[in-house]
Amino acid sequence: MAEIQNFTMNFGPQHPAAHGVLRLVLEMDGEVICKADPHVGLLHRGTEKLAESKPYNQSIGYMDRLDYVSMMCNEHGYVLAIEKLLGIKAPERAQYIRVMFDEMTRILNHLMWLGAHGLDIGAMTMFLYCFREREDLMDCYEAVSGTRMHATYYRPGGVYRDLPETMPKYQASQWRSQKEVDRLNTIRDGSLLDFIDAFCDKFPGCVDQYETLLTDNRIWKQRTVNIGVVSPERALNLGFTGPMLRGSGVEWDLRKKQPYEIYDRIDFDIPVGVNGDCYDRYLVRVEEMRQSARIMKQCVAWLRENPGPVMLDDHKITAPKRVEMKDDMESLIHHFKLFTEGYCVPEGESYAAIEHPKGEFGVYIVSDGANKPYRVKIRAPGFAHLAAMSEMVEGHMLADVVAVIGTQDIVFGEIDR
Amino acid sequence: MKALIPNFVLNIWDWFPPLTQYLIETTFWIAVVMITVILSVAFTTYFERKVIGYMQGRVGPNRVGPWGLLQPFADVIKLLIKEVVVPEKSNRFLFVVAPLLTLIPALATWAVVPLSDTFVIADINAGLLYVLALTSVGVYGVILAGWATNSKYAFLGAMRSAAQIVAYEIAMGFALVGVLMAGGSLNLGDITEAQAGGFSSWFLLPLMPLFFVYFISGVAETNRAPFDVAEGESEIVAGFHVEYSGVAFALFFLGEYANIILISALTSIFFLGGYNSFFEGWTFLAEDSFLREPSLLWLIIKICFFIYVFFWIRATFPRYRYDQIMRLGWKVFIPVTIVWIVVEGVMAWMQVGPWSNLSG
Repeated sequence: MAEIQNFTMNFGPQHPAAHGVLRLVLEMDGEVICKADPHVGLLHRGTEKLAESKPYNQSIGYMDRLDYVSMMCNEHGYVLAIEKLLGIKAPERAQYIRVMFDEMTRILNHLMWLGAHGLDIGAMTMFLYCFREREDLMDCYEAVSGTRMHATYYRPGGVYRDLPETMPKYQASQWRSQKEVDRLNTIRDGSLLDFIDAFCDKFPGCVDQYETLLTDNRIWKQRTVNIGVVSPERALNLGFTGPMLRGSGVEWDLRKKQPYEIYDRIDFDIPVGVNGDCYDRYLVRVEEMRQSARIMKQCVAWLRENPGPVMLDDHKITAPKRVEMKDDMESLIHHFKLFTEGYCVPEGESYAAIEHPKGEFGVYIVSDGANKPYRVKIRAPGFAHLAAMSEMVEGHMLADVVAVIGTQDIVFGEIDR
Repeated sequence: MKALIPNFVLNIWDWFPPLTQYLIETTFWIAVVMITVILSVAFTTYFERKVIGYMQGRVGPNRVGPWGLLQPFADVIKLLIKEVVVPEKSNRFLFVVAPLLTLIPALATWAVVPLSDTFVIADINAGLLYVLALTSVGVYGVILAGWATNSKYAFLGAMRSAAQIVAYEIAMGFALVGVLMAGGSLNLGDITEAQAGGFSSWFLLPLMPLFFVYFISGVAETNRAPFDVAEGESEIVAGFHVEYSGVAFALFFLGEYANIILISALTSIFFLGGYNSFFEGWTFLAEDSFLREPSLLWLIIKICFFIYVFFWIRATFPRYRYDQIMRLGWKVFIPVTIVWIVVEGVMAWMQVGPWSNLSG
């Protein structure tokens, strides 16, 4: 009798559904997966090590590049850890701004996830619908920080600057007539808060649109229901967090359970799934987008009424205003010291975790009292999720691997760090 | 048309023996139809990108030529000047032959398609069988391409394609049995003639389930979304044509789109009366209105509609999983067609619908 051998296939690292550089070695019996062996490390950039060789503030930019689809949330974790060590707290307005941008980032991340997940399963239109709304949120990033992706907007002691009164606008070009530009710019006429407010009003309608295409679609359901089922106990044991855990029916959300910033003053719900399959996780994330819009709306209302500082006035930690620098010696010195050697952080260690769109994103910092951290350790939620890959896809077919990669919402920037 | 040709040409023409005359004439018309189909393929790709573009809130190609109309030619030129890479461990002969095997059947089937009430290249009596035979041959190209490439991704694509075609070929065949029963002929021209008399005499109404089965099987046959598991972009990258580049890839591309046009044409002929007018027999239109006449125009409109539906489906649905496609083919479509053939038999026996004027 001929010896029957399993089929070994290399899935990635260059694969359209690998979400970056995932290398999966699949052992297959025909189309059915016997074993999946994820290989990581292809995007390792040594973020933790780099952070250990630089003054604290200079590593914020690296955090953006961890999970490059939810930039500000990464910054938030890092900045919170530093603030904890320094024993400071950002002004209230800055906290509201942070929460607002965290939720904006959550929508950004979930839109990216929904689009990519849809595209993986073949619903190509989803991708472009999601990008349409992503574009608006990217404009908000641009308005506050000047860049659309890697914002470096959060700083220990607050945020880099207050919300601007104007929005970036489109300009007419060969391919975009003045009329069209005017149409696009009408929503951008007011301040950033007006824009976000308008976005929050329109966004639930957009989510309805996505849901029309997918939620009751028979093919979508066939592809996601009962795929990659994880029981609540197993999800906890595997160290799942975020929507992956809530999809399995465990009600765990750091924003509710260990409120940071001003989440305890905000009214929102956390959706949980029932079956722990891809479809439930899809529903959880879609509902989270709606809740995020709700949170943003509340933040906008508060921010409109409560002007104030967005940065601590302690110039040993935060940079002085540029205007003051021009005729104030002390400010100039502060500025110089801050941007060359930075500030020293008292000896000790701290762990700050936030509810990142993908799960619990934690930063652990050990300080030896110098101007740079002795050790930085980043807890990336995606790492724990990816570790369950083999368990989730065993017995499923090749096409389901793609669905599971999609549902885990993997981004290699944070897994490989 | 004859008036346009100078006399001496006609004299030379008469000098040829009849067989040669026939050969030259047929070759000429084959060339005309082929070139038309290939040009249509070019603009079908443009049409697809525009349609899907607008459905997705984009504008589609708009840079090359006015409204991007020259985009297909730019693509063709790009593909023509690219290198054809033949993988070292592939079966060179089959690797090169495979794309031709997908393209040729897609073009050859046009021989029996009645384009208007007066024009068909080969008016053969077993046209329907010819169509079935040729559309089945097309899959050999896919299977051979997948096998000859000697890549695991391509191999999986080929296996999927083979299983899929077997399942859907049966459903398609059964659907055509229904058409055969209603039309009473295997000749595509006769089938079309049987549907003369406006919208109500088309086979669409009495054979509605078969129409859906045939068209959906057609989508599956052409490996289009949501049945594109054989090339499943996000699973097996490009499936059977993963290693093809340049002209060889262009041939696959050409074959795929020629197949789309073909399936659209066949669906129009089998169920929507082919070149017959929608308004035939409508009295409020002028007696001599061209809208009431059967003509190529109607066929083209129907083909364009079905091509549009292809793209519409692609922009709307997620992809099926391989085993789900099998289930749909074997457990849904084949039973539906068998049941409807029985229903049709009863209808023919009771002499209702298109059978009401049949004698015996």
